[in-house]
Amino acid sequence: MSTLFTRRNVLTGMGLLGLGLLAGCDNSPKLNFKYGKDLSDKIMGRTFKLKNTQGETVTLSSFRGLMPMVFFGFTQCPAVCPTTLARAAQAKKLMGRDGETLQVIFITLDPERDTPQILDKYVKAFDPSFEALYGTPEEIAVAAKEFGIFYEKVPAGDTYTLSHTATSFVFDTRGNLRLGLSASLTAKECAEDLLTVMEVC
Amino acid sequence: MTAVQHLKRTLIGLSLLGLAAHASAQVHVSDAWVRATVPGQPSSGAFMTVTADSDSKLLRVASPMAKDVQIHEMSMKDDVMRMGPVDSIALPAGTAVKLDPNGYHVMLMGLTGQIKEGDQVPLTLTVENAKGEQQSVEVKATARALGGMDPSNMH
Repeated sequence: MSTLFTRRNVLTGMGLLGLGLLAGCDNSPKLNFKYGKDLSDKIMGRTFKLKNTQGETVTLSSFRGLMPMVFFGFTQCPAVCPTTLARAAQAKKLMGRDGETLQVIFITLDPERDTPQILDKYVKAFDPSFEALYGTPEEIAVAAKEFGIFYEKVPAGDTYTLSHTATSFVFDTRGNLRLGLSASLTAKECAEDLLTVMEVC
Repeated sequence: MTAVQHLKRTLIGLSLLGLAAHASAQVHVSDAWVRATVPGQPSSGAFMTVTADSDSKLLRVASPMAKDVQIHEMSMKDDVMRMGPVDSIALPAGTAVKLDPNGYHVMLMGLTGQIKEGDQVPLTLTVENAKGEQQSVEVKATARALGGMDPSNMH
């Protein structure tokens, strides 16, 4: 094979890439987010296996074609959990029709107190499309570890509260982890970055 | 001790008490609200702005709606939310201290029932001034929708 031929091949390849870019298609391994953290090179949260509030076993592939946004919390959380879920509901609205692809998934870190009944009513108070997942304390620990989630019980009188990581993790529609959204971002900032994830094909 | 002496002492005691009540701090509470709950949810948070006219501290809060009421502090570092009970909240003279979802808040634990949007939840705050005198402040906190955005997070 001559050097020239190889070069032509490279050029053709570049041309095809260019066409892809023209079509608004971004399949690059890295994404540029304005506010959130690019997690495209992180291998996290791929193999969680938990139950939804109907008792069905759910994995990441159950959400194929949707853009899952995973957040860990507990329903007795007074601040960051309801604030983050309300923000997610607002971001979904701000995304317009694209928002239909966003699937918010709330995973409880308090499976001893969060029953499927409470979890279901809780997440649906924010948006009827939101899903809550639960499991045994051991299954939750495995899922949390997979996402690098820190959580611990804090004694509070004769009961407890929880400290935990407040990041929302976003996958693209093919199930690749893409984006980490910090709790400090606004709904508008989240919506902008979520639309960037949607440009991936 | 004669009956007259006894009466005198009682009177002195009462007038001292009256003085104490008069000298105690004026405490103003505004924008008190609680987050509505779903059925079966055993706890919720209450938020408000507290201003005392002399250096004081908020010692405790009670409510007929909850078996146990605690004051908690939330803090964020590296996107990790840390939560835990505190003994009291300092109320520096004339400073509006915010109890909001980004910091201090009142935890209503062991709720006696579901809190629905629009409910008025009675709270009794115990505030102590620098002299160690305590006073109670009655507050009615309005329940806001669970799914609503916190005004403090609107940008």
